[in-house]
Amino acid sequence: MEFFQDLMAYEFLQKAFITSIMVGIICGVIGSFIILRGMALMGDAISHAVLPGVAISYMLGINFFYGAVVTGVLTSLGIGAISQNSRIKNDSSIGIVFAAMFALGIILITSAQSAIDLTQILFGNVLSVRTSDVIVTLVVGVVVLLAVYLFYKELLVSSFDETMAAAYGLKVRMIHYGIMVLLTLVTVASLQTVGVVLVIAMLITPAATAYLLTNRLSTMIFLAAFFGAASSVIGLYVSFTYNLPSGPVIVLVATAIFAFMFLFSPKQGVVGRMLQSNRRKVA
Amino acid sequence: MSVIKRTVEFNHLTVSYYGNEVVRDVSCSFDTGNLIGIVGPNGAGKSTMMKAALGLIPKDDGHVEIAGEPIHRVRKEIAYVPQRNNIDWDFPILVKDVVLLGTYPHRGIFKRPRKKDREWAMQCLERVGMEDFCNRQIAELSGGQQQRVFLARALAQKADYFFLDEPFVGIDVGSEEVIIRILKQLRDQGKTIFVVHHDLSKVENYFDDLILINKELYGAGPVNKVFQPENMERCFKMRIGLPSSLGVEV
Repeated sequence: MEFFQDLMAYEFLQKAFITSIMVGIICGVIGSFIILRGMALMGDAISHAVLPGVAISYMLGINFFYGAVVTGVLTSLGIGAISQNSRIKNDSSIGIVFAAMFALGIILITSAQSAIDLTQILFGNVLSVRTSDVIVTLVVGVVVLLAVYLFYKELLVSSFDETMAAAYGLKVRMIHYGIMVLLTLVTVASLQTVGVVLVIAMLITPAATAYLLTNRLSTMIFLAAFFGAASSVIGLYVSFTYNLPSGPVIVLVATAIFAFMFLFSPKQGVVGRMLQSNRRKVA
Repeated sequence: MSVIKRTVEFNHLTVSYYGNEVVRDVSCSFDTGNLIGIVGPNGAGKSTMMKAALGLIPKDDGHVEIAGEPIHRVRKEIAYVPQRNNIDWDFPILVKDVVLLGTYPHRGIFKRPRKKDREWAMQCLERVGMEDFCNRQIAELSGGQQQRVFLARALAQKADYFFLDEPFVGIDVGSEEVIIRILKQLRDQGKTIFVVHHDLSKVENYFDDLILINKELYGAGPVNKVFQPENMERCFKMRIGLPSSLGVEV
């Protein structure tokens, strides 16, 4: 219970708490679309590609948020340009572009002799969140949730059957890049909680857990947000209590929840299915 | 007063992948209110032609006019049913919600489907005989049932033009009968239906008109004119078991 007393007492802990819950929620929401659209690798790419943006923002003395969004969007455009204009498949072009952006980012950050700590960007440190970061996270959260709420219908139909959506006149290309922008926003907001390298886990794992439990997209999104937030809270608690790095702990909590559902979920659970097939054999 | 053209026109449609032409200069025209089969051997560019016609993939040249309008002006009147293998059957969506997607084109952006849309979707499901399955996830259905659900979605669109890509592949006889019966009903209501198809045995029973294609156009028009041994052999570049083809072996 010490954690909760400290939570009341220390502002830095409150900020960490609010930020990580918000990050858990928005990662779950966007992550649901990322896994249903088969864009897991794209999520990983964008999260690494914000690195040069962060460095450039620092050099220009602006909030790292702006630079990150620009390089994130440039990366998704670059990937699209390569795979549409050559025979190189999408996953390969993702590999080319994101490795290049990541490498560029590392060079920029180290050569800038900046005060930015590379480890902190790579692996996050939610306990060092400043008030301005909390505000950025909350704004991003509101934008992402509002966008998904308003365009839910279009996101559903284009994720499920993009050709049908295009056939009746939906701008599916715009929707794709819209999701890329949201993904970049979410990644930037997650930088301090879990860091560049582990954002992908927050995007994919809670959403994949939810995917095992439901047959409806709306339910999946709510469950993914819930699992994301729960991982964040439990992870923060464990990391604070046992003095462990916050990002990795949060990720492992999300993984533990996934593993539990993978084994025991009512419909898709491995254990449940084994029992069922045994029962069938007996009957 | 201008006369409204009641035709669907394909004009010089050409599509290529990385420099290889897969559809070459296809032009043909059909009256509305017909059931039209698009027939040809595997890899003949049937699906490609349909997708390019609808602007779903880039084309090198050509355009399609529906009732005198370019395709982008009549998008909401077009119902497209994709090939079964283009669908992620594990997607978290129930049968009734798939059909509900058909009501989206006529609901503006930001607007949610209403109760009346849900009722209409259920009526469309009843028409294909799938109402008992409305709360199932789509992977729980057989191939034929899945195809009927997608036809129900097309019906829900209240479209005037239907484009179906290989709807009869891998489905049971019962479902095929249900689907062709509904397509003929639609045709009788004045709708225009294009079907990519490769089973030659039923061509004469199913379609009014035929597009015979193998990269290039090998014939277009009424079935009884196009579905002739000499056309079929030229298009399929082989003997296809019609009596006249039992000629000399080379």
